[in-house]
Amino acid sequence: MWNAVIGLEVHARLQTRTKIFCGCAVSFGAPPNTQVCPTCLGYPGALPVLNREAVELAIRMAIATGCTIHHRSIFARKNYFYPDLPKGYQISQFDEPLATGGSVNGIRIRRIHMEEDAGKLIHHGDASHVDLNRAGTPLIEIVSEPDIRSAAEADAYLTRLRQTLMYAGVCDGNMEEGSLRCDANVSVHREGEPLGTRTEVKNVNSFRFLRAAIDFEIARQIQVLEAGGTIVQETRLFDPNSGETRVMRSKEEAHDYRYFPDPDLLPLEIEEEWIDDVRTALPELPAARVARYQNEHGLSATDAEILVTSREIAEYFDAAAAASGNARAAANWVRNDVLRIQNERGACRLSAEGLAQLIRLIDAGTIGSKAAKEIFDEIATTGEDPRAVVERKGLAQVSDPAVIREAAAKVIERNTTQVEQYRAGKTQIFGFLVGQLMKETRGKANAEMANAILKEMLGG
Amino acid sequence: MSELLALPWHEARAEVSPREYLDACLDAIAARDGAIRAFLHVNRDAAGDGLPIAVKDNIVTTDMPTTCASRILSGFRSPFDATVISRLRAQNAAIVGKTNLDEFAMGSSTEHSAFGVTRNPWNLDCVAGGSSGGSAAAVAARMVPAALGSETGGSVRQPAALCGVVGVKPTYGRVSRYGLVAFASGLDQIGVVTKTVRESADVLGMIAGHDPMDSTSSTHPVDDYASELEEGVRGLRFGVVREAIEQLTGEVRENFDAALAVLRGAGAAVEEVSVPSISYAIAVYYIVANAEASANLSRFDGIRYGHRSSSARTLEDVYADSRAEGFGAEVKRRIMLGTFALSSGYYDAYYGRAQRVRARLRHDFSEAFRKFDFLLTPTTPEPAFPVGAKTGDPLSMYLSDIFTAPANLVGIPAIAVPSGFARNGLPLSLQIMAPHFAEKAMFRAAAAYERETQFWREKR
Repeated sequence: MWNAVIGLEVHARLQTRTKIFCGCAVSFGAPPNTQVCPTCLGYPGALPVLNREAVELAIRMAIATGCTIHHRSIFARKNYFYPDLPKGYQISQFDEPLATGGSVNGIRIRRIHMEEDAGKLIHHGDASHVDLNRAGTPLIEIVSEPDIRSAAEADAYLTRLRQTLMYAGVCDGNMEEGSLRCDANVSVHREGEPLGTRTEVKNVNSFRFLRAAIDFEIARQIQVLEAGGTIVQETRLFDPNSGETRVMRSKEEAHDYRYFPDPDLLPLEIEEEWIDDVRTALPELPAARVARYQNEHGLSATDAEILVTSREIAEYFDAAAAASGNARAAANWVRNDVLRIQNERGACRLSAEGLAQLIRLIDAGTIGSKAAKEIFDEIATTGEDPRAVVERKGLAQVSDPAVIREAAAKVIERNTTQVEQYRAGKTQIFGFLVGQLMKETRGKANAEMANAILKEMLGG
Repeated sequence: MSELLALPWHEARAEVSPREYLDACLDAIAARDGAIRAFLHVNRDAAGDGLPIAVKDNIVTTDMPTTCASRILSGFRSPFDATVISRLRAQNAAIVGKTNLDEFAMGSSTEHSAFGVTRNPWNLDCVAGGSSGGSAAAVAARMVPAALGSETGGSVRQPAALCGVVGVKPTYGRVSRYGLVAFASGLDQIGVVTKTVRESADVLGMIAGHDPMDSTSSTHPVDDYASELEEGVRGLRFGVVREAIEQLTGEVRENFDAALAVLRGAGAAVEEVSVPSISYAIAVYYIVANAEASANLSRFDGIRYGHRSSSARTLEDVYADSRAEGFGAEVKRRIMLGTFALSSGYYDAYYGRAQRVRARLRHDFSEAFRKFDFLLTPTTPEPAFPVGAKTGDPLSMYLSDIFTAPANLVGIPAIAVPSGFARNGLPLSLQIMAPHFAEKAMFRAAAAYERETQFWREKR
């Protein structure tokens, strides 16, 4: 029996207006080398000045993951040469990070630290071009403990982590544009035996790649070990085309980054007051919402998870639930219909208040569920008030017992054969008779009342 | 015109128009610099109704090249002005030229310049000291009334001493480093060279103050440095660093003793004090400075600016060949020493330990300053040495900084004041060190000594 041990290192780009150590704008897709200045180009004599907004976003994520924020942390220089790294060193936090010791989804967070991003190389034929727009973009690196046991758990962890980043307004979570990047450390060992040697798998920058890379790496390691081989500590690259990982560099080729405190920057001092201010301003986070939806509204874990997928949906649901006074109905509408419309049409124009109005119309017996669906499909595009549609289309259902009774009498009169069969014990014929009653009322009879009244009049 | 240039700036500007004075400087440079070679670049179009000033060529300027006396920056022009340059320009200073230095300020003789040796105006066969040798020689030869240099371990005070002029290293953080090409960021500080103490006080006042572009620059208020120059030293307490004078012999010792007698004669209390850790200063200095330098010089990689090897075929070549061709031997030596000191497995034994000893040194100095207003040593252990005398023996060259490096490691201000002459006619110098941000008192003490001795008036 083999066990897998997995830890994730996630880089999240902070949603700041400007870069971490200079005033250049952070923007995706600008023409190459237009968002640059002497500092982020590493010009002689230029110096870094820490962006306070970046620190604030990092603090937000540290609070959101229950980390301890250190009142003093240190920026260090991580030294290596590469054309996308203008200074020849990356400014990053090393042995004194911003925050340590939190958790997400039951997976422990070892640390969260701040650092600057590098630029990008663009290869054209045999030439390589350097675009330094991204150089100096603020990042946080979130390092988990090796608490993850499977690709599915890794997926769930990254899902919650991404949600949390987005809820807290820390990162836009866009994996395609590289706002969120992930590396996985994977090892396997037999039940009851010591942990195995780990490999680091780079470039798992989508949920699908993450699962595929972990599954492949677990299977590869087991295969090597079962064949009597050994796993070597190395960095591997996931190739999305083949679905395989391959060696990028061995332990021997690993860089000696020669970290040391960056003398251009003072220690980062964070006062408790600042942390408190940030904490107060944080929105309710997805994990707390999932718990609340289950406890307060009695929703299933699955439904609750669907509703917290994004902060926008969760807040929409909260508003609809509060305004309608029927959280379960609001949950059903949101998870089934609002999300379906969003998928089909790109957006749902119906406000949470409008949805609540619709729910109230149903709960008051003004409209039936069939009419409600019809109305919803329309106002999801128009954003119209559901009451106006009910009015305009005459969709209000008939809940007057006298009117229903009159129609039922007609049905009984016209369908003597079926009525006799029913009274003789063939109760399944009841559905036919209800159908006739609905027809008689052009579908507007309150279905519940129609059932009860008909049953009563049939004498049984 | 020579008579004019022999006057302190504040006296000379009362005599002639700014234009006449500036022309006198440019004429003096044309007449004398062929033999001395203090300047790497002269701006004959320099304009400004204020102080004509020369600037060490590791301080970036938009209107002149900035080479750091290195082939790797041959012809480099900065896209921005250093903060000190902006401040000088705002006060109408005329930046007349860029002065020679040891490549990237690494050296104590200005022999390690890729563009030639600067000669000592008192004896052209001798070195001017370094690394701000060009700045010191330019002032000593009365080509300009003032020059900016930079200090990492004594690079303003030591050449000032060897050239018989005043050299000031301010408190770390007193002057913005923005635009000073970094050697060792935690030690570097821009300093001033002038004929007289008064001129130094005036020039420091022009460039000192907080700069938001330099995170290490201090918000401590800037004093009126020239306001107490006439107050004298009666009752002030001077501590003579025992560990320093124990090493002195011959005429340097006699000269130093004579300086102490002058101070006593002026009413100062002069006593010996022990600063035990000062003996480790040079060892600590060369580890810390070179470690930081190894990272600071990584940006000179041939990718974005500066020299790129024309023979390079691979990325690896671009780095290796460009740097091999662009850097001189002393710079390479220091990059290698610094890289080693930061390497995995050696960090604690070298860089880590050096920083701990540095903390000890700070402690010892603050203890000494509890009992004394100032600490005294000679500025250098010997007068200027012949060109070539130490180039084959780096360690003996490094020992030139033995009395100056401690102030950089501790971050305190220090001033070198001419204290007379050796029997071979070369200048000697007294160093006065003061507590953090006590520049005003330091200038007062130096002015009192200068008034008693008047060595600055000696002809060279």
